[in-house]
Amino acid sequence: MSDPLLSVQNLTTIFDLPAGPAPAVDDVSFEIRTGETLGLVGESGSGKSVTALSIMRLVQPPGRIARGSLRFKGRELLALPESEMRKVRGADIALIFQEPMTALNPVFTVGDQIAETLLVHDRATRRDANAKAVELLDAVRIPDAASRVNDYPHQLSGGMRQRVLIAMAIACRPALVIADEPTTALDVTIQAQILDLLREMKSAFNLSLLLITHDLGVIAETADRVAVMYAGRIVEEGPVRAIFGEPKHPYTRGLLASIPGGVPGQRLRAIEGTVPMLGALPPGCAFNPRCPDRFEPCTSAPPPEFTVGSDHGTRCYLYDTARLKPDNRQSTIANLRSPIDDRKS
Amino acid sequence: MALVEVSHLVKHFVRDGGLFRKGTLVKAVDDVSFTIEEGETFGLVGESGSGKTTTGRCMLRLIEPTSGEVRIRSENVLAFPRRRLRDARRDMQIVFQDPYSSLNPRMRARQIVEEPLIIHRLGDRLARRERVAELFHLVGLDVTHLERYPHQFSGGQRQRIGLARALALNPSFVILDEPVSALDVSVQAQVVNLLTDLQRQLKLTYLFIAHDLRLVEHICGRVAVMYLGKLVEMGAAASLFAAPQHAYTRALLSAIPIPDPDAPRTRIVLDPALVNRDAPLREVAAGHWAAI
Repeated sequence: MSDPLLSVQNLTTIFDLPAGPAPAVDDVSFEIRTGETLGLVGESGSGKSVTALSIMRLVQPPGRIARGSLRFKGRELLALPESEMRKVRGADIALIFQEPMTALNPVFTVGDQIAETLLVHDRATRRDANAKAVELLDAVRIPDAASRVNDYPHQLSGGMRQRVLIAMAIACRPALVIADEPTTALDVTIQAQILDLLREMKSAFNLSLLLITHDLGVIAETADRVAVMYAGRIVEEGPVRAIFGEPKHPYTRGLLASIPGGVPGQRLRAIEGTVPMLGALPPGCAFNPRCPDRFEPCTSAPPPEFTVGSDHGTRCYLYDTARLKPDNRQSTIANLRSPIDDRKS
Repeated sequence: MALVEVSHLVKHFVRDGGLFRKGTLVKAVDDVSFTIEEGETFGLVGESGSGKTTTGRCMLRLIEPTSGEVRIRSENVLAFPRRRLRDARRDMQIVFQDPYSSLNPRMRARQIVEEPLIIHRLGDRLARRERVAELFHLVGLDVTHLERYPHQFSGGQRQRIGLARALALNPSFVILDEPVSALDVSVQAQVVNLLTDLQRQLKLTYLFIAHDLRLVEHICGRVAVMYLGKLVEMGAAASLFAAPQHAYTRALLSAIPIPDPDAPRTRIVLDPALVNRDAPLREVAAGHWAAI
């Protein structure tokens, strides 16, 4: 297998809150290979956006990257001086934000903003920047790009603004695009168009994509591999088919089981309890107070990752083969019901 | 028996109007009619700008409609004078989408739930206290948290406070305007289960306004689809989701992301030019109507 494009190892980003330091991202490791889409799923407060900002080294105080390694194309991003990192942002790794209205500057035309990206990274001269901006708007399927290039953000619909942000992201032909909830603010029909466009751009420009979302439907449609985050930690990671077909971690299983479906009118299978607050995490596995399968080791220490399949790992003591006797483990696993099978039956 | 009947409801707004400038007329709700049977959950779906929220607010006269009728138990709410309207609102309540902005941050949870009882002069201090504790229990909130402020609760708990407040006056009809879409995924199912439990327990009738079609399919008996201010399709959820008739409904259903990587997908894209905006609803199958 070829070297990963981005390798994140033991990334820990701490927020120094008045009550004490709180890890928003806690010992997170994953890899993104060339041409691959990694879906990062999590709820609000799970640390998925802070992970994205950490990769870009854009975490603002009171947050700080405390530990870890970010190797991008073999270079350690955390060791780069700020001036070098600035060249990486936008040119090698681009970020698409959730809210297209606040991510765009309201007092400049969209053409000026795309041109600025190109000029900052010396990808265009003042003379041809505008023409290149039109080309890019055309590439993201904005109709009548030559006149739209002179529009201000407020003159565009939400879907069109998100297309402009995608145009800006691909302007310098980055190798990696991080899209943080790129369709959350959009209607479902517009969301479908933007997801189609992202897929199209990915194959046209041979991009790798880190897609951050809370929507498992979006993940199923776009991702090759999936990482599930809960309370700052990755609790499960694997190929998209394994995650949806054979979810292992009780949190992943619970999320999939709670999706409406099955017999209309029947009660949904909810996960009890609430997402813990940053700085007030329970000891051990952060999911343990809500976990239906909790047993004695869960409150002791955060579980390490256990391999559960090819390229598929989870941080859950249920899969600790060394700790559990084989027969003991069998019965624990047999007690788990597969949410996917239940929904189909 | 129909509990709520909406007929020919119209709400026009003037956009970009000024002192010397004539604005453009926006037909936010454009001749909308439907009935809701007692005890059912009626779903109203559509994308932003379709007029679904405006329809709900017009029904309670939180926004005054331009014309039309809204009847509850055969009485036209739109013709009620102010005092009569206040009494009528005891029977029809609304839960808003955003539990972060719809609760007064300076009031304690107890006061928020108690306020409707005070406004409607129901019970003395002690009786009200008892009723609030009962409502807390009903929606699954901890009575030891009565004196907390909204910011001390999670999103799901805040939505429970909003629900307790809406139920304080024992309404028979509750409008749920996107009640779970601002909540975390793992908490949404809890609140949905609470809503269906309460409906059974208290014999409530719901108007469920939402854009999450999977959820609407799961909990609604009948569904109406709104597009640019008009109803384009209406029918039993099972029939509408299995055999959508209107081009817009088809496009909307095909756009829902399916949480199964191996599901077959065919995207249907709507060509707005092909939609006849003036087509009336006609019955295409028993109880299934479409504007085609």
